[in-house]
Amino acid sequence: MGDLKLMKGNEALSEAMIRAGCDAYFGYPITPQSEVLEYLAREASQRTGMVVLQAESEVAAINMIYGAAGAGRRVMTTSSSPGISLMQEGLSYIASAELPCLLANVVRGGPGLGTIQPSQADYFQSVKGGGHGDYKLIVLAPSSVQEMVDFVKLGFELGEKYRNPVMILTDGAIGQMMEKVVLFEQMPRKTEFPDWATTGKKPGKDRNYITSLHIQSEKMEEINLRLQAKYKEIEKNEIRYQAVNLDDAEYVFTGFGLVARICIKAMEMARAKGYKVGVIRPITVFPFPTQVYADIAPQLKGILDVEMNAGQMVEDVRLSVNGATKVEFYGRMGGMIPSPEEILENFERIYIKGETK
Amino acid sequence: MAKVMGEIIIDIERCKGCELCFDACPKEAIQLSDTINSKGYQFAIKVNDLCNGCASCALVCPDAVITVYRKVDKAKRPVKVIEIED
Amino acid sequence: MSERTYVDIEAELTDQPINFDEDICLAENVVYVKPQTLIDIPMHYCPGCGHSTAHKILMEVVDEMGIQEEIIGVAPVGCSVFAYHYMNVDMQEAAHGRACAVATGIKRIMPEKYVFTYQGDGDLAAIGTAETVHAANRGENILVVFINNGIYGMTSGQMAPTTLPGMVTTTSPYGRDVKTQGHPLYISNLLANLPGVAYVSRHSVHTPNNVRKAKKSLAKALEYQKQGLGFCLVEIVTNCPSNWKMTPKQSNQFVEEKMIPFYPLGDIKVPEGK
Repeated sequence: MGDLKLMKGNEALSEAMIRAGCDAYFGYPITPQSEVLEYLAREASQRTGMVVLQAESEVAAINMIYGAAGAGRRVMTTSSSPGISLMQEGLSYIASAELPCLLANVVRGGPGLGTIQPSQADYFQSVKGGGHGDYKLIVLAPSSVQEMVDFVKLGFELGEKYRNPVMILTDGAIGQMMEKVVLFEQMPRKTEFPDWATTGKKPGKDRNYITSLHIQSEKMEEINLRLQAKYKEIEKNEIRYQAVNLDDAEYVFTGFGLVARICIKAMEMARAKGYKVGVIRPITVFPFPTQVYADIAPQLKGILDVEMNAGQMVEDVRLSVNGATKVEFYGRMGGMIPSPEEILENFERIYIKGETK
Repeated sequence: MAKVMGEIIIDIERCKGCELCFDACPKEAIQLSDTINSKGYQFAIKVNDLCNGCASCALVCPDAVITVYRKVDKAKRPVKVIEIED
Repeated sequence: MSERTYVDIEAELTDQPINFDEDICLAENVVYVKPQTLIDIPMHYCPGCGHSTAHKILMEVVDEMGIQEEIIGVAPVGCSVFAYHYMNVDMQEAAHGRACAVATGIKRIMPEKYVFTYQGDGDLAAIGTAETVHAANRGENILVVFINNGIYGMTSGQMAPTTLPGMVTTTSPYGRDVKTQGHPLYISNLLANLPGVAYVSRHSVHTPNNVRKAKKSLAKALEYQKQGLGFCLVEIVTNCPSNWKMTPKQSNQFVEEKMIPFYPLGDIKVPEGK
């Protein structure tokens, strides 16, 4: 067993990074995730010798990640929405060059400078690629401070297993709130690095080079096919979701991250009123747990998708059920968080009273 | 003084015929060929026996196609690969 | 080397065969041979391009210092985007302008290794200005090889931050007008003012002597990196015959007559006591 502590989401994430034997963190301050860099600057190098550097921008930070990841190290960066937008260029290169790395997006309300309050409006950007070209990140959506810790370790493992960037898609509320967490034991930093890493040419072996440039169309298509095959493999092996009370469910509330917790509360309230409601929470939003929705759809009267955005994941839910049941959406934007009462009220409005607006 | 003799070997298939070695050569020992290599470039050839192995041609050759040899008669001493002068 | 050499076809080429002395062409008499660390494939650069010369001398330095296994390079975007095809050392290909950030990531986790970036003027002094200035200001212990030919070569001849006033490019077709298109950026001089910067030196590769000096400067910079002195930048003022619409010879003349008076050669900053 690890240590039991009361911690803020961002700090728990930082602590997990140190304990996971992370080699380097490059980042830039932005609300609501600035505690990460502060915590690491205070703790990391003294404890594990981890490199912590405040970059001049998110653009520089993600490219520092590229460099250090290319040398086979365990590396991570964090930011919030506007900063993640700046990182998209680097992420596209990292995905194409197949470098493992971990990043966390502590999402705030947008578009533009938006607000510093929590939001889930970066779903599309996170799961559909984000930058240029056909690529995917593995995206984990924690709904508690405990998962902020667990997904750091899992994220590093998945990234290294598939040589792919992994994103923890969280939000300003989980980043800022305090909960009790169980921390895993300190892991040693790696001392051996993968064969492909650029750590200096090995005697008697070809040099390593890391690139995303393949000027010949045939070669670039081959790279694309390889990436797509990898994403298929990830979809086959790495889907994670939480399903609550699906057995007798006639309705399903669904949402990811913070909203899923609120959905569970709303489900309890609905059940108390006699409505047979279950909850599906995708834990991995890429790969998306399509099958669980497809399987349950025939027994349902409807799904209510709840998000802190204008309706993004709802598109994936609709694709998953493929018309087998009704999928309605309720969302709040701009930093507003829906309450369980609100969710229940809208569920009744849509599915019980049959009002559309 | 010992006689210094030089020789160059040009990798004509790699030569792009940029002619930069012509001006670099103090002995005017290099000129352009009449024929072309498989890439379609006229290439550099040695046209006299005055080469003293100064390696100026090789230094300015962008594609490093020139190998330079230098022999000092009688007084055989090792020559450092490219002497760096201020 | 390819099979067809001067020796083989000498007879075909000249009516008066030139004496080819086999006694001289012995391994012990070699004074110049292509560096081992430069991969033996044709480079894609145009005839007479200074990039090739810069690659060559950089790899000669790596050979002579015996650091092929201890050095990691970062290639830019621009004509030298394929630098990693020619340099037989571990390399990473950076996004446009981000080479200094990538090099920072590499050097910070492996401070014991040598790290260099190889960047053109557009990469280093336009799109990558922030990354370059901040890496320099942090005193990142890396070598930046900066190729300044005053033009965007890869995209076929647009105006660069270092394009000379009045110089015609495809995006300054009436000559660079500094009133509307800005002034050439003296990025090396600008960087030399930063305390984190140890060594800044400007060279050219258009004559044998300049090649020697440029090479010596690269060797010095790597030596300073070994000593941990900080950010080192070697600028190489060079040509772009194709996009300047000149022959290689004319382009080198332009370097001599126009570029060098504007970008004077020599040390701009040297470490204290060196």
